[in-house]
Amino acid sequence: MKPRSSFDKALIEIQEDIFQLANLVEQAIFNAVQSLIKLDPAGAAQVIMCDEEIDELYAKIESKCIKLIATQQPMARDLRIVVTGIKILLSLERIGDHAVDIAQATMCIRESELNRKCSEYLTKMSRIVQQMIKDGLGAYRERDAQKAQEMCTLDDEVDHIFTKIFQLLIDNILADPKSIVQSSYLLYVSRYLERIADHATDIGEAVIYLITGERKKLN
Amino acid sequence: MNKNGLNEPNKNKILVKKLNLFYKDFQALKNVDLDIKANKITALIGPSGCGKSTFLRTLNRMNDLIEGVKVEGAILLEGENIYEPEVDVVNLRKRVGMVFQRPNPFPMSVYDNVAYGPRIHGLKNKRQLDEIIEKSLHLAALWSEVSNRLFKSALGLSGGQQQRLCIARLLAVEPEVLLMDEPSSALDPISTLKIEELIQVLKKNYTIVIVTHNMQQAARVSDVTAFFLNGELIEFGSTEEIFTRPKDQRTEDYISGRFG
Ligand SMILES: Nc1ncnc2c1ncn2[C@@H]1O[C@H](COP(=O)(O)OP(=O)(O)OP(=O)(O)O)[C@@H](O)[C@H]1O
Ligand SMILES: [Mg+2]
Repeated sequence: MKPRSSFDKALIEIQEDIFQLANLVEQAIFNAVQSLIKLDPAGAAQVIMCDEEIDELYAKIESKCIKLIATQQPMARDLRIVVTGIKILLSLERIGDHAVDIAQATMCIRESELNRKCSEYLTKMSRIVQQMIKDGLGAYRERDAQKAQEMCTLDDEVDHIFTKIFQLLIDNILADPKSIVQSSYLLYVSRYLERIADHATDIGEAVIYLITGERKKLN
Repeated sequence: MNKNGLNEPNKNKILVKKLNLFYKDFQALKNVDLDIKANKITALIGPSGCGKSTFLRTLNRMNDLIEGVKVEGAILLEGENIYEPEVDVVNLRKRVGMVFQRPNPFPMSVYDNVAYGPRIHGLKNKRQLDEIIEKSLHLAALWSEVSNRLFKSALGLSGGQQQRLCIARLLAVEPEVLLMDEPSSALDPISTLKIEELIQVLKKNYTIVIVTHNMQQAARVSDVTAFFLNGELIEFGSTEEIFTRPKDQRTEDYISGRFG
């Protein structure tokens, strides 16, 4: 009997659980973004309903991590696996919350010229953040620090687009003060997407820590 | 106080250079290079038989007592090689004292246990002795538990108290370096934590080297950790680094419990 084989099993299980959570979160983001682009309130409502499942799974995995720390005293790489697991969990849960935020805003956004003007930016931003999450988890699965690092550089692009939308909406508010409510919703949405990219970057940093033991600030 | 390296945080207390040790023709330590910093706690870890106790004993020449031991290389204590023939071994062991796995109080009173060392070194004055006894027992965090039974047998103390008494006995001769070979392996968890607390306090004034099989203990108490395997020093670094991101796969396997 190899020492710690049941512990090894528990570590693998945690990682598999995290991928399951990641699937739910990616789905939520995908649906939120689709609803936003199509201005589909029913789709948005769906995203809001599904968040509970994410929160439950999050709590379940987090408990498993805490239990492993309490009962197994993980060290070295094991410790990094558990700690990174908790960090990634937290980032995923926050991303899930922002999917809900986007869905809620979407329910308030009306068809308009303004909306059409932003649509291209929002679509592009959504595409990038989804790619970031996917790459971050890919890097996690494959233990690929290089990939994690490359993914994090996409954050700059997201920030860049955010600045542009921000300017566009401010200009719009100044030109047409009545548009302030609709502009605000669109501003929220772009801000949520920008925050999601930050959380994806946190996942990338966690993966790099897991692999190298080094802490790197990437955004 | 400066003899203990106080106020010089990164000073080397002991430098071990290319140390080899043989028990007859069996080589138990292989080319060990290690520096032990003043006022730091250095933990020695590694599987049974890897040479931790042997290494610890080389630091105050306790191995001299074993037949057939041959030592090569040098160990510099404050710059002086302790293996030079003219070194006074009794004085060396006063400067570099040892606490053992099982508490070994002498079959005499608590007071006489602690007074033993100072008396051997010629101290007779009762007042001075009283002072040293009280101070040493305070330092060993035992005073409050034994002050009303100083003249009763030390053998009536609990295991944890006995171990702290042995530490007090050691402190009474004002050593500079404390060597501890699994000092709490025979103790219950609370006594163990008391000893760990004590070690933390003592490090302000002493340099401490501790052997432990308890990985959590090494992680909790030490500043620096050295991992030994088959008589070789495999990895040596800050405890935080060793326990979160060891460089050598063998260290990783050992501390994460996947050894062998
Ligand atoms: N007096 C001796 N004579 C011959 N060989 C010895 C002697 N003492 C120790 N050894 C051998 O030297 C090696 C190192 O022993 P040592 O006691 O230093 O190991 P250790 O790391 O302290 O182990 P443990 O964790 O079990 O206390 C072992 O192979 C041991 O058998
Ligand atoms: Mg030993």
